[in-house]
Amino acid sequence: MRRVELETDKALSEGETELQAKHTEGPTAVAPLYSPPEFTWSNDVSRCRRCKRCVMQCGWKALSWQDGVVADQSKCVGCHRCEAMCPENCIVVRPNPQHFKPHALWSVTHRKNVWRQADTGGVLLTGMGNDQPYQAIFDHLVLDACQVTNPSIDPLREPMELRTYLGKKPESVELEMSPEGTLRARTRLEPNVELATPIVFAPMSYGSISLPAQKAIAMAAVECGIAWNTGEGGLHEDLKPYAESAVVQCASGRFGVHAGYLNAGAAVEIKIGQGAKPGIGGHLPGEKVSLDVSETRMIPVGSDAISPAPQHDIYSIEDLRQLIYAIKEATEYTKPVCVKIAAVHNVAAIASGIVRAGADMIYLDGFRGGTGAAPTVIRDHLGIPIEIAVAVVDERLRQEGIRNQASIIAAGGIRSSADMAKAIALGADAVAIGTAALLALGCTLCQKCYTGKCSWGICTQDPELTRRLDPRVGSQRIANLVRAWSAELEEILGALGLNAVESLRGSKERLRGLDLHQSTLEVLDVKPAGAGA
Amino acid sequence: MSVAASREEQANVRIEAKGLHYRDLNARIREAVADGAAEIELSGVNGQRYLADGIEGEVRIAIHGVPGNDLAAFMNGPTVTVHGNAQDAIGNTMNAGKIIVHGDAGDVLGYGMRGGRILVRGNVGYRVGIHMKAYRSQVPVLVAGGCAGDFLGEYMAGGLLVVLGLNRRAGEPLVGDYCASGMHGGGIYLRGECDPSRIAGREVAVRQAGDDDLKALRPPLEDFCAAFGLDLDAVTDQPFLRLTPVSHRPYGGKYAT
Repeated sequence: MRRVELETDKALSEGETELQAKHTEGPTAVAPLYSPPEFTWSNDVSRCRRCKRCVMQCGWKALSWQDGVVADQSKCVGCHRCEAMCPENCIVVRPNPQHFKPHALWSVTHRKNVWRQADTGGVLLTGMGNDQPYQAIFDHLVLDACQVTNPSIDPLREPMELRTYLGKKPESVELEMSPEGTLRARTRLEPNVELATPIVFAPMSYGSISLPAQKAIAMAAVECGIAWNTGEGGLHEDLKPYAESAVVQCASGRFGVHAGYLNAGAAVEIKIGQGAKPGIGGHLPGEKVSLDVSETRMIPVGSDAISPAPQHDIYSIEDLRQLIYAIKEATEYTKPVCVKIAAVHNVAAIASGIVRAGADMIYLDGFRGGTGAAPTVIRDHLGIPIEIAVAVVDERLRQEGIRNQASIIAAGGIRSSADMAKAIALGADAVAIGTAALLALGCTLCQKCYTGKCSWGICTQDPELTRRLDPRVGSQRIANLVRAWSAELEEILGALGLNAVESLRGSKERLRGLDLHQSTLEVLDVKPAGAGA
Repeated sequence: MSVAASREEQANVRIEAKGLHYRDLNARIREAVADGAAEIELSGVNGQRYLADGIEGEVRIAIHGVPGNDLAAFMNGPTVTVHGNAQDAIGNTMNAGKIIVHGDAGDVLGYGMRGGRILVRGNVGYRVGIHMKAYRSQVPVLVAGGCAGDFLGEYMAGGLLVVLGLNRRAGEPLVGDYCASGMHGGGIYLRGECDPSRIAGREVAVRQAGDDDLKALRPPLEDFCAAFGLDLDAVTDQPFLRLTPVSHRPYGGKYAT
């Protein structure tokens, strides 16, 4: 049967004339008129020890050696790798200070984007999450604390429960006496994922990030007793030792998905959407599909890995139910099934449908969520904030009496333990962190993930770059972050007078809004600061 | 009873599906497979979903009646024969094995299929063979004896889709609209007369199949004819139209770099 493929390929090359003719129909790129560099690069020559380390470290080839370091500033993306690696701290990368005539409406970014699109006729790409100055609602929510009549708890001296179970919970639990005289549950409990702290790692596939980066995350998940997520890129052979802590993803491209994969992890996630690009599919360009990536995704080397925008077998809640139960049958009902969606305008009704379709968890990804590549226009203008999505989904599921049927994971711009605590108070069971985990590995948010040239070895498949990232050191850094946030969450819970994180879940009464519009407060169902109980 | 006879009994399992919920029916099938059944015969099947879902190995499963949606989803190896019509989403993300349907089948067959064969004697519905893909020696094949609905082979990334149009009524279109839209791998072969306007955009190269193509088509067509007792010469008596992608990188030029 291999022959069929070969014949097709051969015949394809014969039809190349036709191929080229058709491909000239797209936009015709012209020479750039004006593209000023985004950053300026300088080094203090008096202190430079001429070690050339900066030249070797730049994944963008912006630096070269001509009896001294010479910078091609047009190639600098401001990732600061050279700065970080300079033994003399003599390099400074700063935003290009050039000034354009100020204009309140036409920002310099708008102008530069127009120039670039006039050059190329192409869709602008970007990486990481929405960087636009929308109001960050988390920054306008404050938590309560106990004073006088309701004593706070000292987490240093008293037990504090952060353990969280994700999955379906029973309506009620019936107990019975065992022959040994102990109580046991008569109610059959559904499979749940146990987390030592209410954090999971966001889905980031091997392909979008490097293998050492994914391994660092997987190792940290195992060490911290939480879960990592394969993303839609399959489960690499090297990561099978960490599979028990993995959520394995099944998305529209079905990359690397087979019965063994579905059964390998702690849970299965159906990806419908992503906060950074709601309604947009995934697309790993062929040049990133190396032999190793191709083996993990189970596709040919060098072919585009396209995850179509919708799953074309899902056009309704009934269809979603069909895929959920196909997965449950294939895993013999031993794995909870999660459905991941982007937070969009009608999120509460969609979430209700997802729960009624049989999902055990809903992963809500807000519009600040990160990505390896997305059209800038989509990333920056579609979707709604996670704070609002969590609040309205939790409220809707409670009203409908089905909140126990699915856990809620909040993602998309969780920057600190404070954001985590506020997300839980708004109704989440746990939060997912993607960008924060990558920052722990050295990411500086230069947003050039889509180029595959990440000098930090995180978002690239170039072996020269990926070997810079030691998964052991990386996992330690990420595990430290998880521990620090967990310790801070305990402090917050103590101040709130709570000794278990589940007591905070959906406790909007412990939040107050500061400088939030009345309509936003109403949607969040949070009182303004100053309002009593 | 001789030892041989008891082994025989063990190897052939019959299950009466009437009135059984799919969950219970599937549990019985999995149990039989675990016990080493070589053949499982299901009678009285009436719409139960997910049959043979995720099953691995060499077992042969014969189904009498109409199985429900997602038959043989995530299946890896077995042969499933349906003596009747089948519904939607057969062979969803199937890895290996064979599905033979002695009737018509519904929509979304072979979604994301990576290996194995689906042979349908009659017509197939909409969105058949979406995002089929090939991997190493695994080249999935789907042959429809009758006609196909809209969006055949959408996002196709690998493998082989064949539509034969046998017993086609005069004027009946062989395939629906938007055939092969977003195709970036594999090949589609359409037998007999076909309206090229139904073939989607500029990502697809359409031409008459040559001798090399027909040679490559022969093994799956032989398999198809053997499964349904048809004469290969009668199936190959008309020319085939061949659809292949113009590029494995359909969106290469879309973005500003």
